[in-house]
Amino acid sequence: MNWIETVYNYSYFVGAFGLIMIGLYAVMVKTNLIKILIGINLIDVGVNIFLVSLGYIKGKGAPIFSSAKINPANVIDPIPQALVLTAIVIGLAVTALSLSVIIKLYGHYKTLDISKIREMRW
Amino acid sequence: MKKIIATLILLVFTFYVYNTIKGFKFGHDFIGAKTQNKTISKKIEPAGKHYLENNKLENNSANVITSIVVSYRGFDTLGEVTVLFLAATGLGVILTIVRKEDDDEESSEREPSLIVKTAARILFPLIFLFGVYVFIHGHLTPGGGFQGGTIIATAYLMMFLSYSNFKINHTIFKSIESLSGLTFITIGLVGLLGFGMFLKLDLIPMGVFNSLFSAGLIPVVYIIVGFKVGSELTAVVDSYRENW
Amino acid sequence: MVLMLLQIFLIALMLIAAIFTVVYKDLMNSVIVSGFISLVASLLFYFLQAPDVALTEAAIGTGLTTYIFVLTIRKTERMEK
Repeated sequence: MNWIETVYNYSYFVGAFGLIMIGLYAVMVKTNLIKILIGINLIDVGVNIFLVSLGYIKGKGAPIFSSAKINPANVIDPIPQALVLTAIVIGLAVTALSLSVIIKLYGHYKTLDISKIREMRW
Repeated sequence: MKKIIATLILLVFTFYVYNTIKGFKFGHDFIGAKTQNKTISKKIEPAGKHYLENNKLENNSANVITSIVVSYRGFDTLGEVTVLFLAATGLGVILTIVRKEDDDEESSEREPSLIVKTAARILFPLIFLFGVYVFIHGHLTPGGGFQGGTIIATAYLMMFLSYSNFKINHTIFKSIESLSGLTFITIGLVGLLGFGMFLKLDLIPMGVFNSLFSAGLIPVVYIIVGFKVGSELTAVVDSYRENW
Repeated sequence: MVLMLLQIFLIALMLIAAIFTVVYKDLMNSVIVSGFISLVASLLFYFLQAPDVALTEAAIGTGLTTYIFVLTIRKTERMEK
C-alpha cells in the first residue's frame, strides 16, 4: 500500500496545476467570450487550491483555539488561508465586472464571437 | 492550427512546472522553516509561527485567521474593501445604461410553484440570522465579515429566485454600504492620528480569552465589514435582473 | 487510509469535470459543471483544515457566480456554435 501514499503526496499539486492548464487552454483556444470567462474562473480555483495546500502539515489541526487543550505547536500554518480569503472575493468582483462588459458588447455587436468582433473593427 | 500551438505552449509550461514541483514535499513543515539552518548568526523564524505564538498576547482572539486579516494584515483588507466598492460602482454605471435601451421582453414564462414560495419565505429570516451569527462570532469560531456577508447575499438570492417581482430598495442598500466603508476608514484614521498606528485595536479593553467581548476592536471592525460586504454583494447580484 | 483514497478520488473527479466544462457546446451545461467544480473545491478545503476558506468558496463559487453567469447567458446567446 505504499504507492497510495506516493500518489497522495503529489495529487494536490497535480490537481491544482491541471486545473490551471485546462483553464489556460480554454482562454487560448476558444472563441466564445463566455467560455473564456469560465476559463479564467477555473484558473482562479486552481490557484486558490494550490496556495491552501502549501500550508498543510500532516497530523496537525485547524488554527482556531476554541478550547484550552489546543497548543500553538499542534496547528498548521495560518498565513496562506488569510491570503486566499481575499483572493476569492476579488475573483468574484472581476467576474461580475467582466460579465457586465460582455452584456454591453452583445448589445452593440449582436455576436459573442471574438474573431467576428475583431473583423468588424476595420 | 491554434490548437496545436496552444498544446505546445502548455507542454513547455508543464516541463517548467514539473521542475519546480519536484522539490516540494506535501505536508512536511512550515513554509519558511528551512532557512533556520542556513543563517549563521540571526535566528529567523517563519512568519506563521510568529503569528501563532504572539497572538494571545497582542490580540487575544481565539481565531488566528481573523486576527491576521484584521490586525496583522489590515492593509490587505483595506485594499479588498476598495476593490469590492469599485466593482459595485462600475456595475451600477454600466448596466443602468443597457437597461434603458432594452425593450420589454416577456417578463416571466412560469412562476415558481407554491411550495417554493412558501419555503423561501420561511427560510429567508433563518438564513439571514445565520449570516449575522457568523459575522458577530468571527473571533471565536470559523467565520467573520466576508463569510457572513456572502451568506446574507445568498439569502437574498433565494428570494430573487422564488419571487419574480421581488424588489429591493437600492437607496437603502447603497447608503448602508457607503456608511460602513466610511466608518471602517474612520476607525483606522482615529488610531493613526491619535496614537500613531493605523487601526490600533487596543482602544476597547481586551477582555477574557475565548469570550464574546474579547479581542478589543476586532468584533466591531468585522461587524462593519460584514454589513458592507452583505449589502454590496446583494446590489451586485440584483443589477443583472430585468425589472428594477 | 480511506481518507487518502477519498481525496484522490475527488481530485480526479474535479479534473474530469474541468475537461467537460471546456468541451460542452451548450453554455448552460458548462456553467453548471463549473459550479460543481467550486463545490468539490470547497470540500477539499475542508480536508486541508481550512474552514474559513471552505465557507467563503462554497457561498461565492457555487451560489453567486453560477447565478450571474446564468443571467448573462439568458440575455445573450445560449449555444456556442
